[in-house]
Amino acid sequence: MSARRIFARPARFAAIAPYVWMVLFFLVPFGFVLKISLSQTAIAQPPYEPVFDLMAGWGALKAAFAALSIDNFKLLASDDIYVFAYVRSLTVAVTATALLLLIGYPIAYGMTRLPTRWQAVAMVLVIVPFWTSFLIRIYAWINILQHDGLLNQILLALHLVSQPVVWLSTDSAMYIGIVYSYLPFMILPLYATLAKMEPVLEEAASDLGAPRWQVFWLVTFPLSLPGVGAGVLLCFIPIVGEFVIPDLLAGSNSLMIGQTLWLEFFTNKDWPVASAAAIVLLVVLLVPLLLYERLQKRQLEQVR
Amino acid sequence: MRKISRLSRFNIASLALGLAFLYLPILILVIYSFNASRLVTVWGGWSLRWYHEFFNDRAMIEAAWMSLRVAVSSATIATLIGTLAALALSRGERFRGRTLFSGMLYAPLVMPEVITGLSLLLLFVALNAERGFWTVTIAHATLTMCFVAVVVQSRLGSLDRSLEEAAMDLGCDPVQAFVAVTLPLIAPAIVAGWMLAFTLSLDDLVIASFTTGPGSATLPIRIYSEVRLGVKPEINAICTLVIALIAVVIIIASLASKLSSSRGESAAPL
Repeated sequence: MSARRIFARPARFAAIAPYVWMVLFFLVPFGFVLKISLSQTAIAQPPYEPVFDLMAGWGALKAAFAALSIDNFKLLASDDIYVFAYVRSLTVAVTATALLLLIGYPIAYGMTRLPTRWQAVAMVLVIVPFWTSFLIRIYAWINILQHDGLLNQILLALHLVSQPVVWLSTDSAMYIGIVYSYLPFMILPLYATLAKMEPVLEEAASDLGAPRWQVFWLVTFPLSLPGVGAGVLLCFIPIVGEFVIPDLLAGSNSLMIGQTLWLEFFTNKDWPVASAAAIVLLVVLLVPLLLYERLQKRQLEQVR
Repeated sequence: MRKISRLSRFNIASLALGLAFLYLPILILVIYSFNASRLVTVWGGWSLRWYHEFFNDRAMIEAAWMSLRVAVSSATIATLIGTLAALALSRGERFRGRTLFSGMLYAPLVMPEVITGLSLLLLFVALNAERGFWTVTIAHATLTMCFVAVVVQSRLGSLDRSLEEAAMDLGCDPVQAFVAVTLPLIAPAIVAGWMLAFTLSLDDLVIASFTTGPGSATLPIRIYSEVRLGVKPEINAICTLVIALIAVVIIIASLASKLSSSRGESAAPL
């Protein structure tokens, strides 16, 4: 038996603790979300019914099962607020991801052009904001975008506008916030792919007479598609369910699904509808999530 | 000939603008935290007034203390279990339920926080657990161990496995080989993983809001409820302190990885 195989056996045992933890605290909770999404609101503690009580005997358990219904999902499908919220979440996520790609690509591309020494520095500079607090970074933008904030002061001083522009509680503020917060997630996978590319390929295309834009579209961009895919998924999936950024920066007249879920849960105390909203969100994200899983696995386990 | 791979003006401009975009807002926030004026937008000279205000704000201090405790405990749990998960994934070869295992570890990285938070809360309610410090800690550990696992796994993947095999050929059993060879080599990744878990926990608003109980708000929860009421200079001061703390953490993490990599090099000739 090879040393590698002998090493593998205890390594497999290392899986036990994380396996149990993730099943208990990640997988099992989805079962509760599903169950409560099929329940009704009740003025009780916990605020839903039926409550399954395994001690109450078979009859009570059967009655509890019979009381489950898909009413909450019917509500979600028929109420405009929810339908709009899902459509809006997807629209915002698609738009923001496109913006992120447009802004992140030139930055990642520029990084690969730096001397190797400086590439490492640039990479650290891109990663550091990811370590600083999400909430603080959004708050920093509220400072800048508010009515008499820095942005309006600069615009007024430059005579670009005659009176302060309303930035806060608009979609533009929200997009600025999203792009700002997710930019590192777009740049890093793009940079990782672009940095691995052989510069010889681009040079060959250019030596054969291709103009710059053609070199980019026919050589560079197609070769960077794996990075594009990773960056897009890494941004798109969490943005669909985003709560903090739209809540603090966008107006309250049109909500994203994360916000409606939050409202149902914390303001209306309607746990069953909040759970149903979470289930629908999960279903919407299922395909991108599976794609992301495959990508992540290929990336981390290609050694095998 | 080499004109393509040269740094063009467009490259420089996009890099400079990109980095300015990433850093200017934070810089402005830090500068305004030293503003003497009550109006956030008017510059009234340098002052530490808002820091005084923060240190006299009992509720904020309590929330900050709660956040620190949660961050340290959840990061420690996450690092222990996340490292085990990384080890199983990168050295365990095939085992039963491997696909489900890696799926459960990668999904939380992108899963919207509202879903993770809600599902954990419903679990805690069903278990009749008292909500507060421990529920938030468990929730944060669940999220951050996935980040630790990815960081450590990518380090394990780039290691030369013949080192472990050599140790075993020389008579180590697998556990000895792991402790003597693998562990020192992945130590920087483990330290970085802990630091990442710590800052993610310190930062989290959504999951903490779902899983905490009355009377045990974390710092982000307090900041969030203040921010909803508008910009307050005291918040600038708190945010600056958090940024300073995170900066210290990043510096320690990078020093730790430098130290261990240079030690690794000096150990190599042996």
